[in-house]
Amino acid sequence: MPTALLRLFPIFTLLLSLLAPHAQAGDAADFVAANPAKQATLLETWSAHPDAARLPLIEALQKGRLASDSNKAPFIQTDTGWQAAEGGDAQPASEPKKLPLNNRLRGLVGTAQASHQLLAKEPAVRLAAAQQLQKSAKPAQLQLLNARVASEDDDAVRDALSLALANLQLIDPDPAIRLAAVRLLGETGDPLARTRLETLLDPAVETDAGVRTAAETSLAQVKRRLLMGELLGQAFSGLSLGSILLLAALGLAITFGLLGVINMAHGEMLMLGAYSTYMVQILFQRFAPDALALYPLVALPVAFFVTAAIGMALERTVIRHLYGRPLETLLATWGISLILIQLVRVLFGAQNVEVANPAWLSGGVQVLPNLVLPYSRMVIIGFALFVVVLTWLLLNKTRLGLNVRAVTQNRNMAACCGVPTGRVDMLAFGLGSGIAGLGGVALSQIGNVGPDLGQSYIIDSFLVVVLGGVGQLAGSVMAAFGLGIANKILEPQIGAVLGKILILALIILFIQKRPQGLFALKGRVID
Amino acid sequence: MNQPISLTLAQKAGPKLTLGIGAVVLAILIILPLLHLLPADNSLQVSAYTLTLVGKILCYAIVALALDLVWGYAGLLSLGHGLFFALGGYAMGMYLMRESAGDGLPAFMVFLSWTELPWYWTGTQHFLWALCLVVLAPGLLALVFGFFAFRSRIKGVYFSIMTQALTFAGMLLFFRNETGFGGNNGFTNFRTILGFDITAQGTRTALFLAIVALLTCSLLLGWRLAKSKFGRVLTALRDAENRLMFCGYDPRGYKLFIWVLSAVLCGLAGALYVPLVGIINPSEMSPTNSIEAAVWVALGGRGSLIGPILGAGIVNGMKSWFTVAFPEYWLFALGALFIVVTLYLPKGVIGLLRKKGEQ
Repeated sequence: MPTALLRLFPIFTLLLSLLAPHAQAGDAADFVAANPAKQATLLETWSAHPDAARLPLIEALQKGRLASDSNKAPFIQTDTGWQAAEGGDAQPASEPKKLPLNNRLRGLVGTAQASHQLLAKEPAVRLAAAQQLQKSAKPAQLQLLNARVASEDDDAVRDALSLALANLQLIDPDPAIRLAAVRLLGETGDPLARTRLETLLDPAVETDAGVRTAAETSLAQVKRRLLMGELLGQAFSGLSLGSILLLAALGLAITFGLLGVINMAHGEMLMLGAYSTYMVQILFQRFAPDALALYPLVALPVAFFVTAAIGMALERTVIRHLYGRPLETLLATWGISLILIQLVRVLFGAQNVEVANPAWLSGGVQVLPNLVLPYSRMVIIGFALFVVVLTWLLLNKTRLGLNVRAVTQNRNMAACCGVPTGRVDMLAFGLGSGIAGLGGVALSQIGNVGPDLGQSYIIDSFLVVVLGGVGQLAGSVMAAFGLGIANKILEPQIGAVLGKILILALIILFIQKRPQGLFALKGRVID
Repeated sequence: MNQPISLTLAQKAGPKLTLGIGAVVLAILIILPLLHLLPADNSLQVSAYTLTLVGKILCYAIVALALDLVWGYAGLLSLGHGLFFALGGYAMGMYLMRESAGDGLPAFMVFLSWTELPWYWTGTQHFLWALCLVVLAPGLLALVFGFFAFRSRIKGVYFSIMTQALTFAGMLLFFRNETGFGGNNGFTNFRTILGFDITAQGTRTALFLAIVALLTCSLLLGWRLAKSKFGRVLTALRDAENRLMFCGYDPRGYKLFIWVLSAVLCGLAGALYVPLVGIINPSEMSPTNSIEAAVWVALGGRGSLIGPILGAGIVNGMKSWFTVAFPEYWLFALGALFIVVTLYLPKGVIGLLRKKGEQ
């Protein structure tokens, strides 16, 4: 039987290498002296028969720190210098040369490291090793895994190990073992298990009918779990997109409700917020590199005040003079946006600038085998909700908010009651722009920062305003999350472009029923 | 000031002066392409570059005129007229692609290894059907969109935003290779139109004359409409839709008619633009292009028919000079133009001229 022979082959070569003159010198010397093919068999043997004493050598290999001098004596590079791999305090005869590893060997080193880590004391290390082996275990490790499953006392590690074992047992000659393995794989939600089970459906591969039926049931289970992960993933990215739309549209909804004008330069406020983040990051790198991780927190107020100041300046100089002419305001603000984009292009260059995630925002939580939730997006969802709450408090619990609401409902009446409408307009415009600036900080953490950043969000955020109606935060929140989730659910079904078109058509139809959006202020004024 | 400015202007300056200037401009536009036919060594010869540039601007002028009909008279600012322009252009482009491909498939389809034409390409090898498509594609889209939009009385900035989203969606759709319109390369490498070489002097002259004819016809049509009762109702609708409704008019039909007419004019302009310029691609549908058309109209003067034509000429003339001389600063200039025109020239260039005339 060829597979059995193959399995014997490493042991055979090991015996051969034991007879070789260098053999007594130890594992590291063997490895250094061997050619790549022999190195591979050595690694496979080591993976099948781990030895705690060999771990430093394998870790050195994994980090690319194993080297040899002119006498073929192995050395490991430490932070201070060279240490003999075989122990003792021998010094290299010449400057050691690092051992080159090809991709195949690097993969084998990973497997070998995992099987050595199975012997580690900490359950967490063993668990990680077992999970690694689920992906990369070789048939030669069957005995090892069997032994480890029997002797493992941590439940989580044992479960992970038995899955790794099950992967190997799929080609076991005994149908009963194969059947058990197939059933066990049905309990997972691992995309790899799906491909493995799918090959078993072929009668040419799997001869036993019972195993085939079991594989079918298991496959259905795995697929169901995968589908669940996918749906959850889509819902999450929908929420994430929705929270960004919300940050982009919230300020727009406020200014549109208040002044009845659409600020086409609103997207550029997002862009300026992102560039403020970039500037803050540069300043931190230059003057306080130790506190670099905190730069997004400092960027938030900076971006808010920069964009709010620009927004207020725009209101004072341009928009104020166009009251009562919403369409002209739209064109003028479009002109402003062109100037801002070109200005940024001239100052920072047309290329994207690099805004790096701090360590506490990178990475994510693995919820399901096929679902990772990135920290940055989770933080942004939380941040968007925080901004909404803050805006709600501002609009409903402060004097300024009272004035803003009064002017939104009836400008003339508010003016008659002594509300300084001019100042309210300016402050509200600043607030709206500032919120967009905050959105820019959030965007800089998950996407590219370039001069055209705002353009890609402007239409979507207008649709949020149109759908949500003005004057009510709840409308914007529901519309933003609704659009975000609808976008992400439609995307994989019919493609991103057709999804967008479909959503546009749905909004047009929706407006037939509710011309004022989801939540409209009730009034009896007609022009 | 509910009466269209051009009418007042015409009445003030007397029909003779207006007609005189119009006739001179028309004569120049007819002589220009004829000068192109002169041999290349003649000092009076108009180069192909100049003729194409002027022809392009005249096409834009038709778009500006069409936009003026809906914005200046009916008060509907469309930020999606580039879509109708491009649809007309694509309809003509389909015919040109079929003609240059002969019996085979257009080159981009061969490149995508498609084996047969999609159903909507049926019949596009016939020039007449292509002409029908030039009218039908933008017309039907405008009809459907307008029907729903006007039924629920979407107006003002809402309407502008919806049209902008519409053209944006169109652009995304045409960028896809699977849509069957050449993806982001669009259509190019045309060879012949109705059997004539498309780069020949004679063909270019004929195309230019066709554009001049279309512009003149649209202008006359706009003039007739503006003077008619229909035009007066549109103006009333722009200024006080509710009051007009209280007077017993149903504004939907009026809006829909002028909206579809405007879209069809844009489509026709696009159809003449494509063979002259030799390329059409989805970037014509980008929201930026459509909103630029709005500044042509605003600069020239809304509701004046002549103004937008002037505006399109001025802005595009400036653009072709700027992008050669100071490419970095064109967007600054355009942005400033948007702001200055809206702040200081609410009636546009025509308004300025009229003031001069009164003094």
